[in-house]
Amino acid sequence: MDFFLEVLIAGLLSGVMYSLVALGFVLIFKASGVFNFAQGTMVLFAALAFVSLLESGINFWISMLLTFGIMVLLGLAIERVVLRPLINQSPITLLMVTIGLSFFLEGLAQALFGNQVHALDLGISDDPIFLADYWENAPDILISSFDIFAALTAGLLVAVLALFFNKTKHGRALRAVSDDPAAAQSVGIPLQHVTALVWAVAGFVALVAGLLWGSRLGVQFALSVIALKALPVLIIGGFTSITGAIVGGLLIGASEKLAELYVGEWFGIGGIENWFPYVLALVFLLFRPNGLFGESRINRV
Amino acid sequence: MIYREAGQFKTTYADDASMLPLREDRWFIWGLLAVAFIGVPLLANDYWIGAILTPFLIYSLASIGLNIITGVAGQLNLGAAAFMAVGAFSAYNFQLRIPELPLIINFLFSGFIAAGVGVIFGLPSLRIKGLYLAVTSLAAQFLFEWLFTNVEWFYNYVSSGSVTPAPMDVFGIAIDTPISKYLLTLSIVAVLTLVARNLLRSRIGRQWRAIHDMEVSAEVIGIKMAQTKLLAFAVSSFFLGVAGALYGFTYLGSIEAAAFDLHQSFIILFMIIIGGMGSLVGSFIGAAFILLFPIFMSQVMHATLSGVVDQGMLGNLELLIFGALIIFFLIVEPAGLARLWQVVKNKLRMWPFPH
Amino acid sequence: MSDGSMRMSAIEELNRADTNAEAMDAVDSKGCLAGQTKVIGDVLMSADDISLSFGGVKALTNISINVREHEILGIIGPNGAGKSSMLNVLNGIYHPQEGVISFRGEKRRQMKAHQAARQGIARTFQNIALFKGMSVLDNIMTGRDLFMKAGFWSQALYWGKGQRDEIEHREKVEAVINFLELQSIRKTPVGRLPYGMQKLVELGRALAAEPSLLLLDEPMAGMNVEEKEDMCRYILDVNDEFGTTIVLIEHDMGVVMDICDRVAVLDYGKKIGDGLPEEISSNQAVIDAYLGVAH
Repeated sequence: MDFFLEVLIAGLLSGVMYSLVALGFVLIFKASGVFNFAQGTMVLFAALAFVSLLESGINFWISMLLTFGIMVLLGLAIERVVLRPLINQSPITLLMVTIGLSFFLEGLAQALFGNQVHALDLGISDDPIFLADYWENAPDILISSFDIFAALTAGLLVAVLALFFNKTKHGRALRAVSDDPAAAQSVGIPLQHVTALVWAVAGFVALVAGLLWGSRLGVQFALSVIALKALPVLIIGGFTSITGAIVGGLLIGASEKLAELYVGEWFGIGGIENWFPYVLALVFLLFRPNGLFGESRINRV
Repeated sequence: MIYREAGQFKTTYADDASMLPLREDRWFIWGLLAVAFIGVPLLANDYWIGAILTPFLIYSLASIGLNIITGVAGQLNLGAAAFMAVGAFSAYNFQLRIPELPLIINFLFSGFIAAGVGVIFGLPSLRIKGLYLAVTSLAAQFLFEWLFTNVEWFYNYVSSGSVTPAPMDVFGIAIDTPISKYLLTLSIVAVLTLVARNLLRSRIGRQWRAIHDMEVSAEVIGIKMAQTKLLAFAVSSFFLGVAGALYGFTYLGSIEAAAFDLHQSFIILFMIIIGGMGSLVGSFIGAAFILLFPIFMSQVMHATLSGVVDQGMLGNLELLIFGALIIFFLIVEPAGLARLWQVVKNKLRMWPFPH
Repeated sequence: MSDGSMRMSAIEELNRADTNAEAMDAVDSKGCLAGQTKVIGDVLMSADDISLSFGGVKALTNISINVREHEILGIIGPNGAGKSSMLNVLNGIYHPQEGVISFRGEKRRQMKAHQAARQGIARTFQNIALFKGMSVLDNIMTGRDLFMKAGFWSQALYWGKGQRDEIEHREKVEAVINFLELQSIRKTPVGRLPYGMQKLVELGRALAAEPSLLLLDEPMAGMNVEEKEDMCRYILDVNDEFGTTIVLIEHDMGVVMDICDRVAVLDYGKKIGDGLPEEISSNQAVIDAYLGVAH
């Protein structure tokens, strides 16, 4: 039982990290209707840029700021060069363009920053916490303090974003654009500014995700593959819901670890977590084609 | 004015509906076939045949398969390589466990197994549309990658996970030289291309294009969604499966799960995007482009910047340029190189006049 | 569809008749060939007590509509009245929450789209629903889909039935193309055609299915006077020569008065009038609806 709890909690915390990546997807999808396949590569790009700056001797905080700047510029460039010409194309075309973009960014990142794996030390300890140390009747489990830090960061980010979307004027503009770009324009909302803003924020989210994941796994190509896991998260949580991204992330993180443990043990084979989230998402889709929190669209014929 | 339709009248619908209505086109295709079947084996060297032409044919076949489901029927499939893997591993296991099975029948059966798998993974498409369907194909991709890596039965418990197919023969003729492998591949690809062409210009092709463009309209005409979609999955997966079997048997000479990863799926997707989605000719053009481009690039790099650019960097540049090309084509010419080819043909019709 | 082949050869007859000047003069204002009066049969299709809502929006409320065989029924009403929704219900695209639909005596809770097609109901859409990637010829060929019976293999090898299907149905489609005078553009991708021509192609696709009931959703929207006259002529010809029952949504009152045998009026999802064109044009409720009198 204790082991189960430990795995569960580890899974949930890992799920929070997935949510972070999923958040980036949701932002961009909400604002421009594009599923940004390149989000994962953007995470990698951010992490690589940061690490390279750090390793060339620049101060931690300044590196962070510079990387943020780079990500914002990158986002703006993407919006201008890649997305704007394709404004009215089908979602599938847009998806394929972002696949191309992910290849491009991957090549670019590795060309600029090199192919090796970099270690990333954020200065956060990863000492395991024995719950029993803090709480009398706690179950006998270990929790990674790094994971807790990550969870808290993600939570903070989500809270800030939620506030931004619901309470600020820009957030409202964003929601308007995602609902109906033409109507938003007719009310005077500057479409391109909003889209640029979104990509900048998504870039920032990618940076945070990149830093957290990078320090956990080391900064390497595998980071961009993590992003693919975000897809099941979005399926379950809905493409347009921030809450959904969180819930979905938790669900995927937990179920993936548990499946690895129990299903893997039953078959005696490892690697279950590579495909389990997708199959889970698939099953979900069969019952709720629009996800848990997504909106279904009514088409006029 | 070399290439024009003027003077070629069709007096029956049968003539008008024929595959190659223009005399010049017929000559071109017959010429091409002559070069492929006779010229190449006589003139080309082993490197070209084994390392360029054979994989070109195989990738073209895979592209045709992906084109059928994604280009024509409009159902996004991001896991093409997984279906190739199913074909490859089926062929290997058939050969291993039923050695008397003739090679061609083996490939056919492997194709059918891939088709069956395709139908299963196509079932969700009846409920799920568009973007969400991408998840299904990714699920297939990762599931099969895992399956063929971890379930040892598939690769006969060989510790490295990579297996070698036994020597092949067709009707008693051994297939062990690059030329014989090439000819085998060429024959299979030629026949299947013909089948694809026939399907696309018949009622099935129209049904597939109908469900791509407008599902509601298609239903209103009486097209049965489920059957049409599942048939598209089946046929497309059949083509992919056979391509996979050929990939392992006649090109690589070995079969392993790692050869059919997500990257491979994306490469095939790129082939059909660059070649032109839904275009049969485009499948070939796209495959040629993506195969030849890296070779071309490394030659250019060698000639101009030798020493400056190393292997790793070359790989990165490749990614960069492919990505950029995808973006470019989708923005500028979504109909791909096939459209450019048509433009060239149109110019030829008028040459030497400008319009 | 036993009189299908009769209909097709009748189209060919009509093509010949068209070029015959006397035949043109003999057509009276209702498009009927001189000397023949149209016989309107029994109820072909009816929708009783239909209620349809989307989310919270009620599109149709307790509507009952029927159309008799061989007649041309017009459906008119202000924008948003639910006319297209009504057609979509008849056709099986929308499924009403309440009500019964019956076609040729068979009662159903709802129609399924491909069932409708198989039973001989064809339609056109307000916002053209052609297959943009295909040529005119291919689009109209898709209309023949239900008649093409060749199996997968004979299509894959393009021999036997597969090949014969293509040729035979090509002939039928050419008859439709001749009828609608689309010969010069038969190989053009429909996406390149002007709006008016696209509407004609859509009509062609519906006709190719040799329907017994044709549902037309604003077939003349966006057309100029000449195109409208052509379209009217085609509609009347189809109704007259093959006895096809036609339900027509239209905004142009002149057209409605001229070609429809009967008119139903919808407003806010309810039926507010049903009768002969002359009766409807003097019906106060109808006039109020159009003038926007508060009610």
